[in-house]
Amino acid sequence: MDLYRAHVLVCCGTGCTSSQSPRIIQNFEEQLADNNISNEVKVVKTGCFGLCAEGPIVVVYPEGVMYFRVSPEDVAEIVSEHLVKGRFVTRLMTVSHETQVDHAKNVEESDFFKKQLRVALKNCGVINPEIIEEYIAHDGYAALGKILTEKIAPLDVVDTIKKSGLRGRGGGGFPTGMKWEFAAKQVNDQKYVCCNADEGDPGAFMDRSILEGDPHAVVEAMAIAAYAIGANQGYVYVRAEYPIAVQRLQLAIDQAREYGLIGKNIFDSGFDFEVEIRLGAGAFVCGEETALMRSIEGKRGNPTPRPPFPAVKGLFGKPTILNNVETYANIPSIIRNGAEWFSTMGTEKSKGTKVFALGGKVNNVGLVEIPMGTTVREIVFDIGGGIPGGKEFKAVQTGGPSGGCIPASLLDVPIDYDNLIAAGSMMGSGGMIVMDEDTCMVDIAKFFLEFTVEESCGKCAPCRIGTTRMLELLEKITSGKGSMEDIDNLERIAVSIKEGSLCALGQTAPNPVLSTLKHFREEYIEHVTEKKCRCGVCKELTTFYIIPDLCKKCGLCAKRCPVNCISGVLGKEPYVIDASKCIKCGACEQACKFKAIIRK
Amino acid sequence: MGATKTMTHDEKVQALDQVIQRHAANGRKALMQVLQEAQGIYGYLPLDVQRAVAFGLGVSVAEVYGVISFYSFFSLTPKGEYEISICMGTACYVKGSQAILEKVESEIGIKAGECTKDGRFSINACRCIGACGLAPVITINEDVYGRLTADEIPSILAKYKEA
Repeated sequence: MDLYRAHVLVCCGTGCTSSQSPRIIQNFEEQLADNNISNEVKVVKTGCFGLCAEGPIVVVYPEGVMYFRVSPEDVAEIVSEHLVKGRFVTRLMTVSHETQVDHAKNVEESDFFKKQLRVALKNCGVINPEIIEEYIAHDGYAALGKILTEKIAPLDVVDTIKKSGLRGRGGGGFPTGMKWEFAAKQVNDQKYVCCNADEGDPGAFMDRSILEGDPHAVVEAMAIAAYAIGANQGYVYVRAEYPIAVQRLQLAIDQAREYGLIGKNIFDSGFDFEVEIRLGAGAFVCGEETALMRSIEGKRGNPTPRPPFPAVKGLFGKPTILNNVETYANIPSIIRNGAEWFSTMGTEKSKGTKVFALGGKVNNVGLVEIPMGTTVREIVFDIGGGIPGGKEFKAVQTGGPSGGCIPASLLDVPIDYDNLIAAGSMMGSGGMIVMDEDTCMVDIAKFFLEFTVEESCGKCAPCRIGTTRMLELLEKITSGKGSMEDIDNLERIAVSIKEGSLCALGQTAPNPVLSTLKHFREEYIEHVTEKKCRCGVCKELTTFYIIPDLCKKCGLCAKRCPVNCISGVLGKEPYVIDASKCIKCGACEQACKFKAIIRK
Repeated sequence: MGATKTMTHDEKVQALDQVIQRHAANGRKALMQVLQEAQGIYGYLPLDVQRAVAFGLGVSVAEVYGVISFYSFFSLTPKGEYEISICMGTACYVKGSQAILEKVESEIGIKAGECTKDGRFSINACRCIGACGLAPVITINEDVYGRLTADEIPSILAKYKEA
């Protein structure tokens, strides 16, 4: 094996790939060759490091120095300074926002990583996901090997997962071991294991990052699950919108087959396992388990009533288990390290860690994995580095279109499945969108309802008709035509939809409205009684106004105005907006360099 | 998508036929895969293609249409030579993707979901593409543009208008 004095890790997750990381790798290889150190320094293409906002990210080991927002042109300097002369390129070591993080220190010691605990993301950003040997070198396939060579009984595997306390990471939080047990106890000649990689939550990207950064973990875990329940065929249902994830997963499956880690008679144990990818085609409801299985069968993704549960009658009418990507990513570590190891992490009823996709109005946008029981405050302010531009924190939204908003008063709630539900939200798959004082909560509720109306499959009336009625009421309120009665009706319909819908999509669709009504009712009331949107988001309730004292009479706003509704005299008289003609596009506000234009 | 422009009508028919042949044994189970590949060839799924797929896999045209209209990835209308997708995921939305969408619409002169008459541009208000670290994000075919403001849209679009 070749030994290298230094390793250069380049993030090739989706965000960094879009920001030219493949060219960065190419430049590194060229520059290393030019300096005759190709045999001393190895360039490694890895999955996501997590700090997506500062990408493309390059990490140089052994020092563990992290470089941010690296451009292909910066590569020559990193090679000649750091790799040849041993001097760090400090100008690339600080993040763009005014930060508390001292990045001159080792990567693991920075605030962003210090409070994290990586189990599911263990290999992301560490190994090259396209090389199976790197996964194997990090204990990959050791769990599958242990089970098959030590001939551990399938029900003992189920028992280990049960004892670990692992709960489904896709949103519902159903105990994984219990699900496996139901399917294992079914007597049938054919059973299936499925992986839900149809990450539909807008703003959530952890499943994609795991598939891109550590695809073998999912393949190994599915093989373990298949062995435990007595299946030999697996399907991974992936969003077609994730081309890199699909490609790396397919590569992982092919490599595993080549090495005999899936296929016939694995480890000479007599156990066979095959896995295939099925592409989703953009339907949020297909994240619901029964809908997902109908989709794999080639049908419309309409949910079906439960029972029968998939563990009894699932894909093609056979016993089936379906777990989410992140759930699977935990399995190999649990088998290797034991149930007790896993259950020492987390809270009483929620064991282990959870990956969150931290996004929105927060400095360190990216992927974070924390032990259950960490508070929202720690995630947003310690790991996330707080709100940009000195703005005030308003809420975090978790659980996507099925979840709700957690206000500032609940910042110190320790995160676990049950606490989030008590706070009126839910864990969901792990999207965590931070909102600041400029985010209108009524508008956000409307945004999610637009999404659910679009994605409702239309099979049952409460969801199909109810969400449309709720959206109409929200449109009425945000356009200044609402009444207090509309708010009452909104709540009444929400409750009916929750009670009457067939599947989880409908049952949870009203949550964004109910939780914002609970925590931010005053904003709804303002929209209705004062016809005012305090954030200046709802156009019909917003007026643009030029403060005469601040106007420098430059006329830039009038030039930019697409409807010519701003008048004034260049250099002499302050400009004025004719509100009756204004289309509220905000172009003038963006154009003004003196912040003289405000929203009222 | 690149292949669609260079293929003649006959080549497309032939390519579709091969896709159907390859999956025919699996019947309706293969419907989604066949439609995905068919859209790769044609760029969208017109009625003729639906008929061919239905006949080849032994399912009704109504059922094929039912599946196509259910999934947002499948399109019944042609897409533009340049498809501009504006991510409307939550992270992009709170960072102003609505204003970006409006700017693109006014610059191109069509609404989301439409295609220009000359077939050059189409606009798609798409679901989260998972590049939340770059919010707000748009993609134009394979190119990704992140951390945008509405002001930057005209100069980005100019590149494609001139191309």
